[in-house]
Amino acid sequence: MERNLMIAGFGGQGVMTMGKLLAEATSQATDLNVTFFPSYGAAMRGGTANCYVVISDDLIGAPVSYSLEDLIVMNGPSLHKFIDNLKPGGTLFVNSTIVTDPIERDDIKVIEAPVTQMAIDIKNERALNVIMLGVYVGATDAVPEDVIIKGIEHKFEKKPKLIEPNVEAFKMGLEIGRKQK
Amino acid sequence: MAERVFMKGTEAIAEAAVRAGCRFFAGYPITPQNEIPEYMARRLPEVGGQFVQGESEVASVNMLYGAASTGIRAMSSSSSCGISLYSEGVSYCASARIPMVYVNVQRGGPGIGAIQPAQQDYMQATKASGNGGFRMIVLAPDSVQECVDMVYEAYDLAERDQNPVLVLTDGVMGTMMEPVVLPPMKTDEELAECRAKFMPRAIVGHPLGQQAYCRPGSVGDGQEKANIEAAALYETWDKDIRVEEFMMDDAEIVFAAYGISARISRAVVRELRAQGVKAGMIRPRHIEKPRFQQSQGYNRRRNVYPCTDEMGYRLCYPGQMPCQGSPEIRRISPDKRSGNEGRTGIH
Repeated sequence: MERNLMIAGFGGQGVMTMGKLLAEATSQATDLNVTFFPSYGAAMRGGTANCYVVISDDLIGAPVSYSLEDLIVMNGPSLHKFIDNLKPGGTLFVNSTIVTDPIERDDIKVIEAPVTQMAIDIKNERALNVIMLGVYVGATDAVPEDVIIKGIEHKFEKKPKLIEPNVEAFKMGLEIGRKQK
Repeated sequence: MAERVFMKGTEAIAEAAVRAGCRFFAGYPITPQNEIPEYMARRLPEVGGQFVQGESEVASVNMLYGAASTGIRAMSSSSSCGISLYSEGVSYCASARIPMVYVNVQRGGPGIGAIQPAQQDYMQATKASGNGGFRMIVLAPDSVQECVDMVYEAYDLAERDQNPVLVLTDGVMGTMMEPVVLPPMKTDEELAECRAKFMPRAIVGHPLGQQAYCRPGSVGDGQEKANIEAAALYETWDKDIRVEEFMMDDAEIVFAAYGISARISRAVVRELRAQGVKAGMIRPRHIEKPRFQQSQGYNRRRNVYPCTDEMGYRLCYPGQMPCQGSPEIRRISPDKRSGNEGRTGIH
């Protein structure tokens, strides 16, 4: 089974880091095939950023897709730009702190999480991406949660102080994701 | 099994070269291959190698010529329009039968083109990478793992034949990250053996009697002889040709593809099979000669899309870029398939 995901938002929201964490953790802890493809071409600070992650138990075809199973939007412009790329029956994950526009499709599942606000509340503003990753994993079971926790431990190997708060943030997201499953 | 690491295509290519024993790299920046020189600039000094950012592509390829002619394993990389600037140097290396390895991470063209991934350099890579009608083995990976394996193997092929080898990949493969298993690092002893074997060439010339550098007229009447010998070498490559066959047993519609298009074709074949269409794919891993078509009987099948010289174009839609910035698969509508299978299979 092949499952593709696009993550889109502002530069600085940790969009690439989120995609890479999911992909790298999956690569390390499972036998699954996985590709990570960053947005291609010229970019600027504060501009938009996006990436694709495809996870499959078979050989992966294109690492990029305009026919998405899952889409995570971290800001308003990303919602409008990419919502039409979501397959009917696909799942849209919305950072509801920032994205307040109505969702104009009724053939998709929408999961909302105010991840920016949540990150501010736990005084770990940069963890909004990890919270959203938790929401995604909680709602989809794309990979087992342990895979990501191991990935976080690996990522912060050299800054062990950051492991605990990030795992906590991830678990907060997991809970929200599971509730809306 | 060795550990899987998650790597970007370009960086995996560079690391594979270092592990194969590459100790000299010269290159000039161009998207989408910049991470190769970037990685090499950091990595080569760690293993006692030398990195040079050339002042141009022409300088870089000639530094590669010089380094490789001493028997050291060397590499350069560029992308499409940069590779065009390599033509003269590559032709000189082919004339001098230098076992050098270089990488083309293809982008769009013609001219300066676009930084988006493309596969338009097929004809240039396989037919005329420079003047003089020479040929090279051209390896075409379709995954980051194959990028690694082929770069690693390229040095052995180059030294076996004393001829340049090109690894032809593209911006998708260069940019994407995938899990790879890296090959072992060649030991100093193994590399010393290589150097001992090829070092004398730089002074006395190789067995064909040419010297490892070119001067106008230096080979005189010997040029014809050298070309005949080279042609004999090219004939020996038929035995190397390796082709992946995907769902070919009962295939009635056959895609012929290499590199990123092959990945997409494989997914399309699966989708068509799910719709009951007997589709299959052939993917040459060596693309210097498309002769496997005759030798392996593909032409006896019905509705085969012949894997000939224009292979690269068969999978293209107008604009000739099979994966223009966004190698996606869109739905294949049954009406589009009738009568023109294959050509309309990928939009």
